Amino acid sequence: MLLGIVSLMSLFVFPMWQIILYAPQYPDGVEMHIYIDKIGGSSPGTLQNVNILNHYVGMQYIEPDDIAELQYFPYIIGAMGLLGLIALAINKKWSYLAWTIVLVVLGILGMYDFYLWEYDYGHNLSDTAPIKIPGASFQPPLIGRKQIINFVADSWPHIGGIGFGLSMLFGGAAWWARKKQLST
Amino acid sequence: MKYHQLIKSIIALALLGAGSTIFTGCEGPPDMGNSSAALADDVASQVYVPPGEYDEFYAFMSGGFSGQVSVYGLPSGRMLKVIPVFSLDAEKGYGFNEETKPLLETAHGFIPWDDAHHPELSQTDGETDGRWLFINGNNTPRIARIDLTTFETAEIIEIPNSGGNHSSPFTTENTEYVVAGTRFGVPYPQQDVSIDSYAEKFKGTLSFISVDPEEGHMDVAFQVLLPAFNYDLAHSGKGKSHGWTFFTTYNTEEKSTLLEVNASQNDKDFIAAINWKKAEEYIKQGKYREMPAKYAHNTYNEKTHTATSEMKDKVKVLIPEECPGLVYFLPTPKSPHGVDVDPSGEYIVGNGKLSADMAVHSFTKIQEAIAKESFETTIDGVPVLKYEEILAGIVEKPGLGPLHTEFDGQGNAYTTYFISSEIVKWDIETQQVLDRIPTYYSVGHLMIPGGDSRKPDGKYMVALNKITKDRYLPTGPELNHSAQLYDISGDKMKLLLDFPTIGEPHYAQAIAADKVMPNSKKFYPIEENEHPYRTVREKDARVEREGKDVHIYMTSIRSHFAPDNIEGIKVGDRVYFHLTNLEQDWDVPHGLAVLGAQNAELLVMPGQTETLVWEPKAEGVYPFYCTDFCSALHQEMQGYLRVSPANSQVALDWRLGYDEPVQ
Repeated sequence: MLLGIVSLMSLFVFPMWQIILYAPQYPDGVEMHIYIDKIGGSSPGTLQNVNILNHYVGMQYIEPDDIAELQYFPYIIGAMGLLGLIALAINKKWSYLAWTIVLVVLGILGMYDFYLWEYDYGHNLSDTAPIKIPGASFQPPLIGRKQIINFVADSWPHIGGIGFGLSMLFGGAAWWARKKQLST
Repeated sequence: MKYHQLIKSIIALALLGAGSTIFTGCEGPPDMGNSSAALADDVASQVYVPPGEYDEFYAFMSGGFSGQVSVYGLPSGRMLKVIPVFSLDAEKGYGFNEETKPLLETAHGFIPWDDAHHPELSQTDGETDGRWLFINGNNTPRIARIDLTTFETAEIIEIPNSGGNHSSPFTTENTEYVVAGTRFGVPYPQQDVSIDSYAEKFKGTLSFISVDPEEGHMDVAFQVLLPAFNYDLAHSGKGKSHGWTFFTTYNTEEKSTLLEVNASQNDKDFIAAINWKKAEEYIKQGKYREMPAKYAHNTYNEKTHTATSEMKDKVKVLIPEECPGLVYFLPTPKSPHGVDVDPSGEYIVGNGKLSADMAVHSFTKIQEAIAKESFETTIDGVPVLKYEEILAGIVEKPGLGPLHTEFDGQGNAYTTYFISSEIVKWDIETQQVLDRIPTYYSVGHLMIPGGDSRKPDGKYMVALNKITKDRYLPTGPELNHSAQLYDISGDKMKLLLDFPTIGEPHYAQAIAADKVMPNSKKFYPIEENEHPYRTVREKDARVEREGKDVHIYMTSIRSHFAPDNIEGIKVGDRVYFHLTNLEQDWDVPHGLAVLGAQNAELLVMPGQTETLVWEPKAEGVYPFYCTDFCSALHQEMQGYLRVSPANSQVALDWRLGYDEPVQ
């Protein structure tokens, strides 16, 4: 269970998600990192470079200060850490199961929210966009790889996201271990 | 009639003679070996660098009378960049924008040009380290330092009491010093004297410029005052001879006119050997004279993106009479040009350009002769060693007009012969000639990567030629100088490639790409920008008037300037475009050009601020635009500036986009 909490806390250090854009003239890729509280990248200029790319087709300017999730995510994750400690203190089957279920629900909600954002960025285009491509969608993949006009876009969990996944597994494992312990 | 017959027989004889010449003597020009038939079959693959792959070496070639440095990849011979150093470069705005103008300041004021001869890479433990490149300005004596993380000129220092800084910069083993020597004897101190007083009133100075081991900043540490010989080239000792620097001389006759004859009379001239470690002791003991001097020291600050110029007014001078053991003269035949020290530091090759044989001195023997004080004579307090006692050996009749020697680290030396237009390979220990190969044509310097260091990379050799003639498609009377690349990895030298160069590459140096490439910067972090007129956020873009000076705090990002509409400028104003490039991505410079500006464009790197000054002469609306194709909307990256009459009431006003409130 402690492992579950530790892997959850990795979200405070590492990005939860990464979107990488590849094109021939971007040999290193444009690697955007989404943290629970900010948006960064492989270089300090990454977000600006993504916004410059987006503005040609009229996508919205990504302004981390305007994204509410980035304000309250750290509190949710922090609270989950605390709840985890409480679950550990209670040390009952149900406490571990409950914690894990809440985490899974949060994960699903988070992915749904992420999808909504992606959909909005990919479809809600400015009327005054310099370049308009009929029928083109600029929505990045939720997870996996997708061709977006001249770019190949990859969307994968980063270390923090993997940590989140692991914390669910560890939570489940704690529940299972407790169950086994009690049945013997 | 007899007279008539005589004429006839003379004509017949003449015809016979001409006929026999045609049949026997006139075979057309001989084969000079300058066709591509001389090439081996597999050379193309040796110089082929496939698209998308990198060259093995960076080669830095001096631009000679272009005043710049050009960077080539080897073995492909592809040009990578021209680095502006001593000359204006409108392409990059170098010397035109306010930030770089101070780099070209001298005691004589702003100078837009120089003659750049010898690039020299910084060294650590006698090995090229890829930190900096130094190069001398010959005409108005200077040394420049180029930063190899940005490939930009970072510093230029002027050399006082000097005329023609040819024997320069030639670093010491750990870049403790780069050196300078005066090619021209000059009155010391400078004064209005008769040129006929050359032998009495003129002097020659050799200068040691210290290099800060961290930042690379240069300072004239001391000068050595010597007779007014002409100091031609130099090299510093290495290994066992570390602590010494050797300078060749010509015109030991001390003449001032018709030098081609008058400076070519002495059978032997000298190599001046300076014990700079001894010089450091004398400086510490205070045995120097502080002499008045006037020279500029210009440094570029990478944070403010701006150069500053400082004028210095004195220099420490060491006089040989007062400093025994500081200088010795090594007699060397005849008007030696290059002086080259082999990787071990033992052999000092004097390339006597007017001599049939080539003398190789032994550092060990020089030390022995000094120890037993075996001197031929003394000139102005400088002991002259005995030629026979310091000689390691002679390369006998290797070619005509030896100029320069480099080394491959395998015990071989390679010497250029200007007159016989060839490079000769010889064994350093035995002085036996091993191989020779023609150059096209009349080679000056040659270059082996690390070839003047302790650790040469003896794979390739480049010949830097003075004459091009028919090597490429003709381009009128003026031709780019030619360079040839040779494979020297085997016993026989092999010609691989031939390519034109920029200006007149005197010397070049090359370095393994992996010593430089990892440190190459991609852009300047905007948060580190300390330019006093920077604008780091677009919303801070603005225009401010201070009397007749108008400062435009302008930003650029794909694909617009902020602001891009400006009104309220008046005839007679001095308009400063302080353009900050907000981009933070590799290879996204933005340019700025203004119609009618009597100036070059700006070419601003990401994160950098540069300033273009424009003084509008007439009212009207002036367009400006981005000159570097930056994006799909580059052509739209443009704006207007309205100029009103001097007495106009049009208010200062600016904007970007119609939706934005004005100001």
